[in-house]
Amino acid sequence: MLLLQCPYCGVNAEETELAAGGEAHLKRATVGDSDEAFEGYLFMRENKKGVHLERWRHAYGCGKWFLAARDTATLEVFGTYPAQTTEPPADVTENIRAKYPDWSWKETA
Amino acid sequence: MRRYSVFAVAREGLRYHTGWERAWRSPQPKKKYDVIIVGAGGHGLATAYYLGKNYGITNVAIIEKGWLGGGNTGRNTTIIRSNYLQDPSAAIYDKALKLYENLSQDLNYNVMFSPRGLIMLAQTHHEVRGYQRTVMANQLQGVATEWVTPEQLKKLVPIINIHGPRYPVMGGLYQKRGGTARHDAVAWGYARACSDMGMDVIQQCEVKGVRTEGGKVVGVLTTKGDIDCDKLGMVVAGHTSVLAEMAGFRLPIESVALQALVSEPIKPCMDVVVMANTVHGYMSQSDKGEMVIGGGTDSFNNYTQRGSFHHIEETVRALVETFPMVSRLKMLRQWGGIVDMTGDRSPILSKTPVDGIFVNCGWGTGGFKAIPGSGWAMAELMAKGHSPLTQEFDMFRFREGKFIDESVAAGVAH
Ligand SMILES: Cc1cc2nc3c(=O)[nH]c(=O)nc-3n(C[C@H](O)[C@H](O)[C@H](O)COP(=O)(O)OP(=O)(O)OC[C@H]3O[C@@H](n4cnc5c(N)ncnc54)[C@H](O)[C@@H]3O)c2cc1C
Ligand SMILES: [Zn+2]
Repeated sequence: MLLLQCPYCGVNAEETELAAGGEAHLKRATVGDSDEAFEGYLFMRENKKGVHLERWRHAYGCGKWFLAARDTATLEVFGTYPAQTTEPPADVTENIRAKYPDWSWKETA
Repeated sequence: MRRYSVFAVAREGLRYHTGWERAWRSPQPKKKYDVIIVGAGGHGLATAYYLGKNYGITNVAIIEKGWLGGGNTGRNTTIIRSNYLQDPSAAIYDKALKLYENLSQDLNYNVMFSPRGLIMLAQTHHEVRGYQRTVMANQLQGVATEWVTPEQLKKLVPIINIHGPRYPVMGGLYQKRGGTARHDAVAWGYARACSDMGMDVIQQCEVKGVRTEGGKVVGVLTTKGDIDCDKLGMVVAGHTSVLAEMAGFRLPIESVALQALVSEPIKPCMDVVVMANTVHGYMSQSDKGEMVIGGGTDSFNNYTQRGSFHHIEETVRALVETFPMVSRLKMLRQWGGIVDMTGDRSPILSKTPVDGIFVNCGWGTGGFKAIPGSGWAMAELMAKGHSPLTQEFDMFRFREGKFIDESVAAGVAH
């Protein structure tokens, strides 16, 4: 059973209380962008085996969206953080690097 | 290869079964092949088989990181049907069903294809309308299906409760030609036939990288060394994104866990396959007597082949209402597989941005039924560069917005 801590209300919620929202930090395509940009935003996914940054909603709790860093190969959770950010915070990055020293995020690579 | 036959059984019976050969060779990789297929699941093996059989291309290796058939092919609940709504889907799934009808003879291997009939229950008004529309679409496609009333359904499936309090059974979509087959046998039968044509099925060999030169594939890096090839087919289901990343492109795919479970064996009680898509549960009875049960996928990305417990609970809860006797069954085993879900839930059989690399994936929760048709079509695509069966399943359809409006892999195992 997957447990994630909601960064807003602090509850350690188990997965039946949460709704998964897919890959995080996608850049929204908008008016005037190319077909490729829309395709990328709407459909193309990293789908990493390993570190995955993703969106969750505390659906049956406070109702807010937050983000999580998780290992899809082991189900280990590196941390959760609020959604109002464009990159994972330092403490989460540190947890990830403790296990994957060479890890770099696509946007900061 | 010594053929299997009634005479072979008699002969071996008289000499203590000492004369059976190994079904396939276990060779070391050669330096180079015309075609390398990554992934020895049903789709990879069938692709190789029809490359050899239909196009005479036999300098082929099928590379598998584990054991052949050990991925979703050996984990699925073996439902076979071709009652789809859209023409491109009906074409490839019905091609598969027609090939299944003769597969045991074709491969000289008993895949235990059992066309026992399949019913999809309609348990909401929306589903009634949807399935009646499918019956009509199927008539136009030349795929025989029919609408059955709750009373007819009760005759076909005596253990069903059609008066469920929450989701009464309002009718069903019935395909008499649908059914099941033995999943392992499908993989084994194709592997034996491929090996017999001189192809190399290389197990315990993981592809770790893809080598390209000037935008064209030249080979793969594996745990058994570098192997060169002219063409590469990626047929790795849940690991498709991992392989695509090695070759430098992305796909509209997410990998999630799908689970199934089987009960203790009981006496024969249901001789059709029944699917209940509204409540996310379906059931058939295996030849051993076990009730084979599947449900919905987990919602988050996952590569661990382990699903969430609450989904099993949900599935069983749904089935108990529709089949009250399930409440008295003990469950024996439960397992998971990693399924590849595309943006429109239909498969991808396509060329890729890299010259010489082809991809066959996205079968998600429902690709066992498609194995022969998919292999047939993928072989044509790889040999000739195009196939009428694959053209609508191009990976570039997402850019153009030309989706297949089907929800083929509806997030329910089938
Ligand atoms: C629980 C469950 C129930 C299902 N029920 C049904 C059903 O009732 N009916 C139906 O039609 N479908 C069903 N499906 C879906 C069906 O199982 C799949 O669509 C189908 O088996 C996919 O076959 P495949 O050959 O593409 O993949 P797989 O059988 O998964 O084969 C892919 C192979 O690639 C290998 N591989 C991966 N990465 C590498 C690498 N780097 N190097 C070398 N090899 C690699 C894997 O080890 C694996 O053996 C179900 C699936 C699950 C999980
Ligand atoms: Zn909360």
